[in-house]
Amino acid sequence: MMGGWPRRIAAALLIAIAAFALAGPVLIGLDPAQQDLGRTLMPPGGGDLLGTDNLGRSLLARLAQAAQISFLLALLSVSSAAIAGVSTGLAAAWWGGWMERILVAIADMMLAIPGLLLVFLLIAFAPGEVWLIYAAISLTLWIEYFRVVRATARPILAGSEVQAARLLGFGATYIIRRHVLPEVAPLLLTLMAYGAATTVLAVASLGYINVGIHPPTAELGQMMSEYFPYYRAAPWLIAAPITLLATGLLCLALLASRDKPQ
Amino acid sequence: MRSIASLLGRRVLQALLAALFVSSLCFFMVRFLPGDIAFDIASGRYGQEMTTQAAAAEVRAELGLDKPMAAAWLSSVSALARFDLGRSYTLGKPVWGLIREQLGHTLQLSGLAMLFSLLIGPPIGIIAALRPGGLVDRLNLLGSALLRALPPFATGIILIIIFAASLHWLPAAGHTQRGTIILPALTLALGLAAVSSRVVRSAMIDVARSAYFHFPLTKGLPLSTVVLRHGVRNMAVPVIAHLAMQFVYLIEGAIVVETLFAWPGIGHALSHAVRERDIPLIQGAVLVMAILFVLFNMVIDLVLVALDPRMRAG
Repeated sequence: MMGGWPRRIAAALLIAIAAFALAGPVLIGLDPAQQDLGRTLMPPGGGDLLGTDNLGRSLLARLAQAAQISFLLALLSVSSAAIAGVSTGLAAAWWGGWMERILVAIADMMLAIPGLLLVFLLIAFAPGEVWLIYAAISLTLWIEYFRVVRATARPILAGSEVQAARLLGFGATYIIRRHVLPEVAPLLLTLMAYGAATTVLAVASLGYINVGIHPPTAELGQMMSEYFPYYRAAPWLIAAPITLLATGLLCLALLASRDKPQ
Repeated sequence: MRSIASLLGRRVLQALLAALFVSSLCFFMVRFLPGDIAFDIASGRYGQEMTTQAAAAEVRAELGLDKPMAAAWLSSVSALARFDLGRSYTLGKPVWGLIREQLGHTLQLSGLAMLFSLLIGPPIGIIAALRPGGLVDRLNLLGSALLRALPPFATGIILIIIFAASLHWLPAAGHTQRGTIILPALTLALGLAAVSSRVVRSAMIDVARSAYFHFPLTKGLPLSTVVLRHGVRNMAVPVIAHLAMQFVYLIEGAIVVETLFAWPGIGHALSHAVRERDIPLIQGAVLVMAILFVLFNMVIDLVLVALDPRMRAG
């Protein structure tokens, strides 16, 4: 039903968003926190490409900064969670025994607390601290990698190919690289796309509740809560962050759906 | 029935560990937060001017901050075992009473959201499954993808702009007015239905392709009988297994949607508590939601075992 082209478009759009996030703030060259109370709620198309907000700040500069923060947090959280989850998952599958049981118990325990709830709980230590947002989100994300890697690696490690490799004297690194990782890798890509979407959503939710990134730093969720009251006078203000967020998440979902999308 | 016992045992253990984890985190939060928390609480309770060293010391003793760490931790665990959740720092009332009231509002909202989503999701999924690739199926795929790409609060903002601010059909927010529950419930329901319609669709397609569905048709039973006797029960397994994910969505969605619509539920309370660092209230809200989540999962485990005999053997 769906060929390869939606995923190709999604990948291209994601690359565009990534470029906007990484290079945008420098290229635009405007301070996203610079207020100009003489030029508030300017419509798009004027001097500032996307207009100005309720405090006269450039909407484009704010969007770029918000995109940068969400993008970097997603990149960092997903890679940390993947590294932690894959290594613990492999360790559990390789050694088994008590270590595996303890790791499974920890994962089970954390699974009892829905992800966003855990992030909220941890964020209460220091609301608004970026490192804590990163740590809290990574802590909720690693579980999926751990579970998937452990479940995939266990039957492979118990199988006859690995037994043969062991008898031939190959070491752990070789067996894992040669027999386990090729099976795990395609699953990881899906998990990482989902993880990035989860991170972006969580950061926006925190921002929306005003416990996320500190203002005046722009953040998508916080922009939505700030611009909502102006939807009649300046509808582009609320439309911009929602559109950017939805486009990014839609592309991530398309990338994550490997075969037929549900 | 050994498998059922071990299923239940695992869930109970999971709930206990999670409760211990949450309460320990909150315990360390009180001890390691920067600033003198006893002073903050005392000033919140008696007002900035009335806060004396004596008042702060009283609060410190109440929190057990003057006791050694291990003893204080043990007494916090024993308080938890007695279901004593302490008093809210900001409101001064026992957390249990606050949460009981908020939970009622949240259950009311999630119940209605669930009902709306059942009216929207599964019927669309079944219609889409009748002609995979047809118009309804494509529209459903598009709508579901769009809704899934929106965080619940953004869906809510769009609904408010359409139904409350532009059309004036429904009140936008609050709790006292009639009909205020409809928009937040619809917000959550759309998010739920976006997923459940697709799950129902693919479950229905799988069942319709199977031999056990075709055989009674070939033997001449009417379609309705076949769907009821062979379709629904088999279809229910993946759909019910998916309910656990829907519950996660409801809990996570409740936090932001209740805040957006000023609905006085447990999610609204949690977001306030995090902002104000009202640790007993955070602990209470997270504990109650986590335990509800585990209970819900336990019920789903049991229903799945009852529906699918294959799960009883393993």
